Formats: sequence, structure tokens, C-alpha cells
Amino acid sequence: MNVNMKKTIEVEFKEGTLIARLEGELDLRVADLLRKELEKAIGRYPLRHLVLNLGRVTYMDSSCLGVILGRYKRLAQQGIGISLVGLQPQVRKVCELSGLLRIMAEYGSEEEAVAKAG
Amino acid sequence: MKVINQLKMEFPSLPENVAFARVAVASFASQLDFTIHDIEEIKVAVSEAVANAIVHGYGNSRGGLIRVCLKLTDEALEIQVEDHGKGIEDVKKALEPTYSTDPERMGLGFVFMQAFMDYLHVDSAPGKGTRVTMVKNVPRGAAAAASEKH
Repeated sequence: MNVNMKKTIEVEFKEGTLIARLEGELDLRVADLLRKELEKAIGRYPLRHLVLNLGRVTYMDSSCLGVILGRYKRLAQQGIGISLVGLQPQVRKVCELSGLLRIMAEYGSEEEAVAKAG
Repeated sequence: MKVINQLKMEFPSLPENVAFARVAVASFASQLDFTIHDIEEIKVAVSEAVANAIVHGYGNSRGGLIRVCLKLTDEALEIQVEDHGKGIEDVKKALEPTYSTDPERMGLGFVFMQAFMDYLHVDSAPGKGTRVTMVKNVPRGAAAAASEKH
């Protein structure tokens, strides 16, 4: 396990859509870092839509779901939506149960999510 | 119900220990015939209980102690997560789905514990700490097969 975790995301900006690829086990230990990194990325680009690729997220619980929901609430005020890509079974289950899948669209690939954005 | 194995562990209230606790409990639980699906649910429930102890019980201070006690019978795994933190004023209210004292946490911790475990009980009083007791039953077919073996 990487104790000195430096990053939880990698970003790419494409056609007005910010793609953030998250990775690892997203729990309380990385929640603050994830919040800071997402905020930094959101502040850096003139985005109209945010795609969260969770394909490399092997575990997630309420600490980081809360971070995602917090960004959703803030971006929704500016008319910016969030969609999700690559949910593994455990991640899908907590997203479903938390109601996240009722407010965010889920797509099979980044390309599809980017094409449907906006 | 015969107790076939037990474990007690105590660790400081560090966020790093959330992952340790869930992995340790999952490894202990794998002695029973839980499905991978069940183990994933147990991992989330343990993480939520330990995270609650750190964030709410000890207000994110790193000096608190958290105790996790596990009891394995041939039918179920019982998990207790205990802290000596500030306690919960109104347990009934804390168990409501949308209740949280932190807007970013959405009060989902207890929602997941309730949804993923077969039994949940919370003992708490202000200033007295909190003890969460959760039980996960082994799937029926597997439990019957296990007891035939004994």
C-alpha cells in the first residue's frame, strides 16, 4: 500500500468536458486529498461537463461519495452536470444506494460520456 | 450457536486504519462461506463504523482509541466497533437516512451499515462513547453445509 499517496486523480480536458480518472481505494484516508484535487482541476478548466471515470477505483465508501456529491451540488448551481463511467460492482452498489445514480448519468465509456455531455 | 473464533483489536483513530480494519475483518470473515459480494458489504460496513468513530466520535483527533471485536459462529459474524469519543446525543435521529452533522457526508454511514448487514444496534450516550454492533449471517445453504461437516 502506498502510504504517502500523492494523487488520486488524473485529468484530461476535451471539447468542454473535463474527464477525471480516479483510482485506488477511496475511503476516509484520501477524502480530503480527492476533494482538493477535484476542486483544483475544476478551477483550472472552463468546463461545461464533468466525467468521472471510476474504472480504476477498487473500493469506495461514504467519505468519498460525499466528496463527489459535494462537487455535484456546487457544479449544478452553475448548470454543470456530472456523469460516471466504469463503475465496478462494489462501487456501483454504493452509488446506487446513495442515490448518486439517480442524479448522474452512467455511460459505458469515456467517449460516449463526452459525446452525450452538454 | 457455538463460537468458533474470536478476535479483538485496538488501534488509534487514524484515517489510515480504516483500510486496515476492513481488510482485517474481511480476512477473518473469509473463514466462513460468505460470498465475495457479502465480503464487500462487510468491508463497507466496517469502514463506515470506523470512519464514524474517527470523524464523529473523536472529531478527527488522532489520539482516540478504537476497539473492534469479532465473533464467528458457524452461522454468522458479529462485529463490534467501539470508541470512547463524544457519543451520539440522539441515536434514533442519527440512524435516519439523510441525517448528518457534516454536509459532505450525507449521513450515509449508517445507511450502508443498515443495508449491508443483517442486524445493526447502536449504543451511545453523550460523553460515553459509541458501540456499534453488526451481524452478517452466512447464506443459508452454506451454513447448513458447514454444520453438516462439524
